[in-house]
Amino acid sequence: MTMPAPASQAAPANIWSTLARAVLLGFLLCLGILVIYPLLWMALSGFKTNSQIFSAPFDLPTGFSWANYVAAWNQGVRSFLFSSIVVTAASAACTVLISAWTAYGLTRTRMPAKPVITALILGGMMLSPTVALIPLVRMMQSIGLYNTHWALIILYTAFRIPFTTFLIRAYMLELPSDLDEAARMDGASDGQIFWRIMLPLCRPIIVSSVILHILFAWNEYLFAMIFTSDLDVQTLPVGLTSLMAKHGTNYAQVFAAMTISALPIVILFFLMQRYFIRGLTEGIGK
Amino acid sequence: MEAFRQTQGGAASRGGATDMQGPSPARRLFDKLLSLRWVLLAVIIVSGFIYIPIVENFRVSMTNRDIFTGEVSNVGLANYQRLLDDPVVWRALLNNTFYALISIVFQVFCAFILAAIIEGLRSRRARNFWRAVYFIPSAISTTVTGLLFYFIYQPDVGLMDAALSFLGLEQFSHPWLALESTAIFGIIAMSQWQGFGYSTLLFSIAIQKIPRELYDAATMDGAGPVRQLFSITFPMAREMSGLMIIVTITGAFQVFNEVMVMTGGGPSNSSQVLGTWLYQQAFILNDFGYGAAIAAIIFAVTMLTGIAQVWYTRKRRVQL
Repeated sequence: MTMPAPASQAAPANIWSTLARAVLLGFLLCLGILVIYPLLWMALSGFKTNSQIFSAPFDLPTGFSWANYVAAWNQGVRSFLFSSIVVTAASAACTVLISAWTAYGLTRTRMPAKPVITALILGGMMLSPTVALIPLVRMMQSIGLYNTHWALIILYTAFRIPFTTFLIRAYMLELPSDLDEAARMDGASDGQIFWRIMLPLCRPIIVSSVILHILFAWNEYLFAMIFTSDLDVQTLPVGLTSLMAKHGTNYAQVFAAMTISALPIVILFFLMQRYFIRGLTEGIGK
Repeated sequence: MEAFRQTQGGAASRGGATDMQGPSPARRLFDKLLSLRWVLLAVIIVSGFIYIPIVENFRVSMTNRDIFTGEVSNVGLANYQRLLDDPVVWRALLNNTFYALISIVFQVFCAFILAAIIEGLRSRRARNFWRAVYFIPSAISTTVTGLLFYFIYQPDVGLMDAALSFLGLEQFSHPWLALESTAIFGIIAMSQWQGFGYSTLLFSIAIQKIPRELYDAATMDGAGPVRQLFSITFPMAREMSGLMIIVTITGAFQVFNEVMVMTGGGPSNSSQVLGTWLYQQAFILNDFGYGAAIAAIIFAVTMLTGIAQVWYTRKRRVQL
């Protein structure tokens, strides 16, 4: 989607357009530095000693000592990371599987009251978790799931089913129904069609949905903060604030912990960018 | 929403194939009911953990629990009456509104222009590169970016004051988050830094969907890049901006993390937003009834923007 190059224009226009491009590029570069520099500063400060952070915030660390990273890891980051992985992986699997299952029903069967059910499920996208918060706390306390990973897995699944169903459903609507109809003619059951035909066909959007879910669950803070109180169930975003409360004066160590928590998701984004963008594209619609 | 109609059409046409085999009406009804198993789990989970709690929230908002005896009593609309007399609620509403307005400027208008600039670059690799770079902060948890900016705004070690003195602007040096007048704006600024890359990416995707021929025709007619920006890109992607404004307002009234992490609503409640005030009332002061009434305001605002979104999506045929 390049805008056509003004190369064919007369020479004076050429000078101006070169100049304009230089200005634009300079602008993009400055903005890029504004975005990246604080993050780089965070990662590098993790290698400094506390006194270096105070005396020379702009300087590069004098040596790459992993001491702060190791200390942060042993101060609880290892356990937070484990909780984050468990909650993210389990809720991603539940969300995507249930959503794909639901999307199949909404696009490939003749169920009664389909528009109503579709509106009910997709309508959940518009409701804010904050509004349900107080009753949810009482509910989780009364069924004994408060302060467990299960509470987060269930809530992340529930609040992401509407959006994920929306994504997968849109993709299934676009898929021609020849293949599954042919299979049906050959006597395949709905279950077989779902597992053997639809799921493989929907692989791209499934991958995108998983990535979008990971991005959400890894970074979620509100539920994680309210529904967990013990350090060994806390996920990274909450654990970081606990670490901050405990070791708030040891800046270098907190910086190291923040870097450890941000790194996996940034790496994942770069590796899976294509799928991520596909998910967003599908989300925006036609 | 438009796709609802497609579903029905598709289902009807598929129905034809099985009808020819002519199963009995009872069998067909059974099949139809059986097909509900596909959505049963999702309906139960979504109802149980989203819809029912939200309805329950309204019931809770009409009650008060005595802190000493633990007795719950119905108080009708008393909690809502309290909202009107609570200056912090008004302050929070104002802060949420600042959040919405500033985010609209940076994450809708500026992001739109930035996306147009990026999509106008000739090299495909350069376009991918800049989109990815600007997006990075959006991939990171708000706890991390919030804590990071908490440090950046610190007067003694922070980058902010160091940068100001580097530019010779020491007089603007501030304990940004510790002053009532600047705390909320410090938080909002962080949020713009974090979020603009995400909306830029969304606008980029919208611009990519504009038919290529329009630009080719414009080039043939001798329109330069700037002219094309104003007469093709902006009008074609304008629908997307309308939708982004609605979505941004919704987000601004749900904001919680960054305020919680950076100031906790302080100093002296100057940076409270609805979400953090709800937390303070319900979970620190254990006043669930009043907390639920604050939640009802968030519900009202997000419901309005939600309706606006459905209406806009139907009218303009764009989705988000």
